[in-house]
Amino acid sequence: MEISGAEILARCLAEENVEFVFGYPGGAVLEIYDAIFKQNNFKHVLVRHEQAAIHAADAYSRSSQKIGVALVTSGPGATNAITGIATAFMDSIPMVVISGQVGTPMIGSDAFQEVDMVGCSRPVVKHNFLVKDVKDLATTIKKAFHIATTGRPGPVVVDVPKDVTQAKTVFEYPKSVSIRSYNPPVKGHPGQIKKAAQLIAEAKRPYIYVGGGAVLGNAAEEVTELVRMLNVPCTNTLMGLGAYPGSDEKFVGMLGMHGTYEANMAMQYADTIIAIGARFDDRVISNPTQFLSQAKKIVQIDIDPSSIAKRVKVDVPIVGDVKDVLKDLIAILKETNTRPSEKALSAWWDQINDWRKPNSLWYAQDDEIIQPQFVMQKLYEVTGGNAIITSDVGQHQMYTAQFYKFDRPRQWINSGGLGTMGFGLPAAMGAQLANPYADVACITGDGSIQMNIQELSTCKQYHTPVKIINLNNGYLGMVRQWQEFFYGTRYSESYVDALPDFVKLAEAYGHVGMQISKPADVEPALREAFAMKERLVFMDFLTNPKANVFPMVQNGKGLNQMDLPPHMQNMQLTPFENNRDYGNLC
Amino acid sequence: MRHILSVLIENEAGALSRVTGLFSARGYNIDSLTVQTTEDPTMSRMTIVTHGSEDVIEQITKQLNKLIEVVKVIDLNEADHIERELMLIKVRATGKDRDEMKRMADIFRGRIIDVTEKSYTIELTGPGEKLDAFIKALDQAVILETVRTGASGIGRGERILKL
Repeated sequence: MEISGAEILARCLAEENVEFVFGYPGGAVLEIYDAIFKQNNFKHVLVRHEQAAIHAADAYSRSSQKIGVALVTSGPGATNAITGIATAFMDSIPMVVISGQVGTPMIGSDAFQEVDMVGCSRPVVKHNFLVKDVKDLATTIKKAFHIATTGRPGPVVVDVPKDVTQAKTVFEYPKSVSIRSYNPPVKGHPGQIKKAAQLIAEAKRPYIYVGGGAVLGNAAEEVTELVRMLNVPCTNTLMGLGAYPGSDEKFVGMLGMHGTYEANMAMQYADTIIAIGARFDDRVISNPTQFLSQAKKIVQIDIDPSSIAKRVKVDVPIVGDVKDVLKDLIAILKETNTRPSEKALSAWWDQINDWRKPNSLWYAQDDEIIQPQFVMQKLYEVTGGNAIITSDVGQHQMYTAQFYKFDRPRQWINSGGLGTMGFGLPAAMGAQLANPYADVACITGDGSIQMNIQELSTCKQYHTPVKIINLNNGYLGMVRQWQEFFYGTRYSESYVDALPDFVKLAEAYGHVGMQISKPADVEPALREAFAMKERLVFMDFLTNPKANVFPMVQNGKGLNQMDLPPHMQNMQLTPFENNRDYGNLC
Repeated sequence: MRHILSVLIENEAGALSRVTGLFSARGYNIDSLTVQTTEDPTMSRMTIVTHGSEDVIEQITKQLNKLIEVVKVIDLNEADHIERELMLIKVRATGKDRDEMKRMADIFRGRIIDVTEKSYTIELTGPGEKLDAFIKALDQAVILETVRTGASGIGRGERILKL
């Protein structure tokens, strides 16, 4: 029996066990929406802006290991989706985006709501397709899911012209597809893994540096086993938080631009770095020349060969699925009983513990003004460290990363690569739909939240009781901080002098609004909000407008040249002591 | 340093723009690019001449390999290879210059493929330097028009790029 392209599409999504499609209808996709109306296999979530559809699908995927799916119409629908697609691309999130297109006879004629979506999205997708014949539709969708979820994951766009959704053919969904030019690696090279084990054995100051790839590759268990087995200090990148338990003693905090003092110093002075699904991003190591000034050996495990040795030279590159490679590495280490020298490790831990002492994340909370860090700390306590946390982009994002100790992977959802403001709220919706019984909190700022605040309406419609924590300082905080540091405190356009009444705004959308201005009210307010399981609560915390994120590594500087928080500025700090007894080789 | 990359790629609409888009988006250079289908009509072969440091070339190769449609990439520079370019050059050829122009074409093993009362069009193939040398050897005033393809390259002997 022949069915329409639109029906085929709906059937394909059902075959892929899709649970939610996030989208927004329009002329070019009406056929598809009609097919969605007639089926019960998956639910459609109507967002209020296409960017939010993509972010919601993205966070749905990040928080659940399932694939995010979004559906947008042609032209403006498609271009609105681009920021979301780019966000997912930068963070390697598996996603399939179906965009409508004008009918094939109209393509290229500047038709109403026509845009070259394949061309527009090309730089920000893992791959994309334009389906010109309904006979190719099912296979293309199968390929899209295959490409999005295998190898280094990423978003795949399938552009479907309206006449293709109307044309009919027999539906056959291929069980599998093989693409001769696409064979992502899985197993790491055994010889290279042996070399890595050898480097670990020789290390005096080893350091395990874990990125988002370990989360995406579901390798948290292996990472944890490796760290504990070797008793080596571990740091996570912003994207890697949760890959190793944040509350564990061997975790020295996040590293990078706003990483802890101890994590950054350790990165700078380590002699052997085991990079796991991490790519030495500029926000992590800052300047590669400064970073490599110390004699270092680097092992890098990544599924994407192009991520290896892109910014730093790598001694032992291992291309493969991180989980798989780590399993093999752990097996070899166990088999050969390979461990770094205990004596050297103990000296290294002494050094790190000395760096830990000043507590670089310390801040002063008085009775008057709420410090943003204080809210994060209380949030951690009130939620017992169990909430799924999404964040927007800015100072609040960094405070969250610094103060919420993520013990599980996929618990921390933020736009690390692209740094997309407006990500937090739609991401919270997506995460809540994927985890209906979890506490989901969106940490945001007065700038970020206004970039997709219309999604309060979607939250109302689908009863997603997320808790919005707005660290309201009346500024674009991170911009203000940079203007203080680098632009002579000229607050060019970082001051937002027309903030809405967020409480009323939340109420206008049918939610609960709260404003909290006193430190003493922070914890009770959080408790009250999280007790309201069925309601979205918008908590507007009026926080110190001048608070800055410390430590900070300025662009181009070395990780050991941090701007330190005020309390450390006059402290006698322990330098790196090369003469500690690390053993002979250092 | 100049490198000549050979790329086997699925013969699909849009594949070429993915390759050129990759170069422009990442700030790499394309000095020349030729592409045509191979003996297997489902596959095209590109020859890309580019330049950059070893690190840059390594990244280009890795990034090309990452494209879904790219089947295989090799750097022809890594071993002996042959390169050819094609040039069609139209020159003024009148009076006694006509014989001179014919001799020049012969010396460079070119072929005159179009003749009018006033002009010759010469077809010339060879490495880029040879074509440059031909242009240089001519009186610049006689050159009416030139058109050149990019380089095509192939490994010497047993070195074969095939699926």
